Amino acid sequence: MRLTLKIWRQPDAATAGAIHTYEVDEISEDMSFLEMLDVLNEQLNSEGEEPIAFDSDCREGICGMCGLMINGEAHGPQVTTTCQLHMRSFHDGETITVEPWRADAFPVLKDLVVDRGAFDRIIQQGGYISVNTGAAPDAHATPVPKDNADRAFDAATCIGCGACVASCPNGSASLFVGAKITHLGELPQGQAERDSRVVNMVAQHDHEGFGGCTNIGECTAACPKGIPLDVISQLNRDMLTAIKHGH
Amino acid sequence: MTDMNDIFATPQPSRDSSSEQESDDAAGYYMPGDPIQDTKAPGGPIDERWNTRQFEARIANPANRRRLSVIVVGTGLAGASAAATLGEAGYVVKSFCYQDSPRRAHSIAAQGGINAAKNYKGDGDSVYRLFYDTIKGGDYRSRESNVYRLAQVSVNIIDQCVAQGVPFAREYGGLLDNRSFGGVQVSRTFYARGQTGQQLLIGAYQALERQVAAGTVKTYTRHEMVELIVVDGRARGIIVRDMVTGELETYFADVVVLASGGYGNVFFLSTNAMGCNVTATWRAHRKGAFMANPCYTQIHPTCIPVSGPHQSKLTLMSESLRNDGRIWVPKDAKDADKNPNDIPEEDRDYYLERIYPSFGNLVPRDIASRQAKNMCDEGRGVGPEVDGVRRGVYLDFAEAIGRLGRKAIEDKYGNLFDMYAQITGEDPYEVPMRIYPAVHYVMGGLWVDYDLQSSIPGLFVTGEANFSDHGANRLGASALMQGLADGYFVLSNTIRDYLADGPFEKVAENDPAVVEAQQAVQARIDHFMTNKGTRSVDSYHRELGNIMWEYCGMERTEEGLKKAIDLIRSLSDDFWRNVKVLGSPDGLNQSLERAGRVADFFELGELMCIDALNRRESCGGHFRAESQTEEGEALRHDDQFAYVAAWEWGGQDGKPILHKENLTYEFVEMKQRSYK
Ligand SMILES: Cc1cc2nc3c(=O)[nH]c(=O)nc-3n(C[C@H](O)[C@H](O)[C@H](O)COP(=O)(O)OP(=O)(O)OC[C@H]3O[C@@H](n4cnc5c(N)ncnc54)[C@H](O)[C@@H]3O)c2cc1C
Ligand code: SF4
Ligand code: FES
Repeated sequence: MRLTLKIWRQPDAATAGAIHTYEVDEISEDMSFLEMLDVLNEQLNSEGEEPIAFDSDCREGICGMCGLMINGEAHGPQVTTTCQLHMRSFHDGETITVEPWRADAFPVLKDLVVDRGAFDRIIQQGGYISVNTGAAPDAHATPVPKDNADRAFDAATCIGCGACVASCPNGSASLFVGAKITHLGELPQGQAERDSRVVNMVAQHDHEGFGGCTNIGECTAACPKGIPLDVISQLNRDMLTAIKHGH
Repeated sequence: MTDMNDIFATPQPSRDSSSEQESDDAAGYYMPGDPIQDTKAPGGPIDERWNTRQFEARIANPANRRRLSVIVVGTGLAGASAAATLGEAGYVVKSFCYQDSPRRAHSIAAQGGINAAKNYKGDGDSVYRLFYDTIKGGDYRSRESNVYRLAQVSVNIIDQCVAQGVPFAREYGGLLDNRSFGGVQVSRTFYARGQTGQQLLIGAYQALERQVAAGTVKTYTRHEMVELIVVDGRARGIIVRDMVTGELETYFADVVVLASGGYGNVFFLSTNAMGCNVTATWRAHRKGAFMANPCYTQIHPTCIPVSGPHQSKLTLMSESLRNDGRIWVPKDAKDADKNPNDIPEEDRDYYLERIYPSFGNLVPRDIASRQAKNMCDEGRGVGPEVDGVRRGVYLDFAEAIGRLGRKAIEDKYGNLFDMYAQITGEDPYEVPMRIYPAVHYVMGGLWVDYDLQSSIPGLFVTGEANFSDHGANRLGASALMQGLADGYFVLSNTIRDYLADGPFEKVAENDPAVVEAQQAVQARIDHFMTNKGTRSVDSYHRELGNIMWEYCGMERTEEGLKKAIDLIRSLSDDFWRNVKVLGSPDGLNQSLERAGRVADFFELGELMCIDALNRRESCGGHFRAESQTEEGEALRHDDQFAYVAAWEWGGQDGKPILHKENLTYEFVEMKQRSYK
């Protein structure tokens, strides 16, 4: 198929960017969206124009490195990661707009590449269980009811891609934070630090410039891992409990 | 090297296998070197060796640790666990990765699970059995001491991960579930649905970020190591490129740890992540670290086939599919493009069931892979033609669906079927899946002793980047085990012996070794940026990958390997003269990043072929056509090749130097395997 691509190009963080228009031809429907961009980049390279910078690594939908706004939707028209989106979701002659994640807390570094370091800094504020290597009891010492283990797992599948932030009108990362709060809060091992975890992670979230949650739900609709909205309710409940406990 | 790690073997003429090797296929491509040995592993009863070493390894004074610095390159399971643990111990740690967050390391993609000898199922598993299975699985080309230790610490890994909050699968009683994996007879694999690597890595990543908050670890993301700094014979630092600003930065430390993963991407197409590279370890190799068994590659039989020339990577589907799927190709090549549902039973060749009646579709990975290739080479492959050949075989669930019902198959494999449908656009419940082998893992890597120290003092290597534990083939679910064993439990206990002599004298910024390394890196970048070439980096990488796959892939021959070496050399010449890298070096430039990686892949590829050429035997993942039984099965030559091939860099225009480390088996008897 033949496509018109309108792609955001920006030389670096300090310089303003703009949309550029490109044409590609002979795109097969078996290509992934990123392979289509690879083809465009080969074409640009041979024409002497610098290829477009975009992030990807695993190309299997698990590392969370990729992420593009495609026709205004985070990761495009399917509920999946950009690397797992295939060209059979588009049709011949279509015009596709490709932009980076837009959020105050995710500055653009170049073209379609953004800085998501804020997520790491949020995790640093308590997104863990404090246990030094070698200090663990036998794994069977504490049984975990299967329902809790399953709910913890579901929340822990967040890949940290940032689509929730990019699709939220407020630029909130509440789904991302709520997923970690839920993952660790469902497990007996995570109880000791439960109060301080939520207080500190939320403080860092706000400090990074992410917006507040007003329950719109765009995040969960865009999330490639189907993280449910109720992790945000969990986050709010844990916050109230922590405040009650005097945090 | 002034101060090589003291590894040269004390002469033991009776054991010197170099005199016994009958063939010398690689003559002219290499130089013979002195034999080496692992001088760190204690002797004595196998189950006491690790205790002995932990006791004998000196402890760095706790008060001193704040003055001892460690560089860790890599944040996969092997690197993140090491950096976190060393930070907890009080050392000053700097951690590097090329992704935008440590959590994205390639370990994240592992699906199946992690082995541990917990014997929670009471099915007769034990440390000894895991040790035995791993030695046998490695086709008797790994060290007994290392493997025993791996099996011993495997149990601690599960405890550690559970305490960190890794949500492993559980049974209704709340206890951990296990499954059997990769054809072993016991259930010792712990898993978190199909996302075990992700969950383990997030555990290690969180432990790492906790240390960042505690101030013991500093992370450098989007930083690529491009050179190792060796001063007075010791590894003392690295040069990295800040991938956002383009700046070259030099970092010094008392010790350097490489946990930079495997080099499967030398084949261009593999199941590895796009950025996986050999640069960190290859740069160390060029500075004196031996590269061991580079030709040992694992090729996984159940991957989604190439769909066209645009293919950028290959996707693995869990091997568990072979438990219920039946593999076949048409008997007659002219049926290759027919709708498979229209090919009657009698015209199908269930070739694994035919050739291996007792194991059938569950033969080991390398056999399943090689037979798939044979079928396609015969012209009986299926699916689209890529470069004139159909490279695919059917994996058919029709019979299993008939027997167990669609619901049962959905419950077991639903997510894999969905993934297949997503990528191929075909419905595997209706049409048989198509699969083809792909490069998946490398057993080869930098040579290390029992302490995980390379031949350069002060350079330690963990995880897939080293060669240590899997011999010529790795069991399923054992790479995750090894990465975490190295990072959480082994390295911290061995590196302290080296650090007990530190802190070492501060390295001067203008030390000639530093300046020379910086200039070499700059010169390489300048070359790429100013070269007036015409071809893209990727086009070279693809072509190199094709050569490697064709001649150094599933089946290797003397003739093919020699041809490959010639092809690689001329392609590499052309690459240096004709590669085209646009943009600027002073900022984010992905073509420039790739150019550096591909340059190192060329040199590695050549060494892999030389290693494969020298090893005129078939063992594990390495199949030499000249060494097979009458039935076409792999034939080892223990009398000639029971050694680790540790290659020393012979200089830009020189030849690599082969050091042999003899392998001796005191506890396990060497046997030829048979799956007939
Ligand atoms: C699809 C797939 C499925 C798998 N499934 C399983 C399984 O079920 N069970 C199992 O046991 N094994 C499995 N494996 C194998 C296993 O995942 C890997 O061997 C293992 O995770 C490697 O871990 P590592 O820490 O050594 O390296 P990696 O996880 O590859 O990490 C490498 C790190 O090094 C960094 N790095 C690399 N080069 C540089 C450089 N030049 N400069 C700076 N940083 C650098 C990277 O940024 C990264 O942080 C699987 C592999 C694949 C491909
Ligand atoms: S919650 Fe979903 S959308 Fe947000 S970072 Fe995690 S996986 Fe991505
Ligand atoms: S590239 Fe890893 S999730 Fe898309």
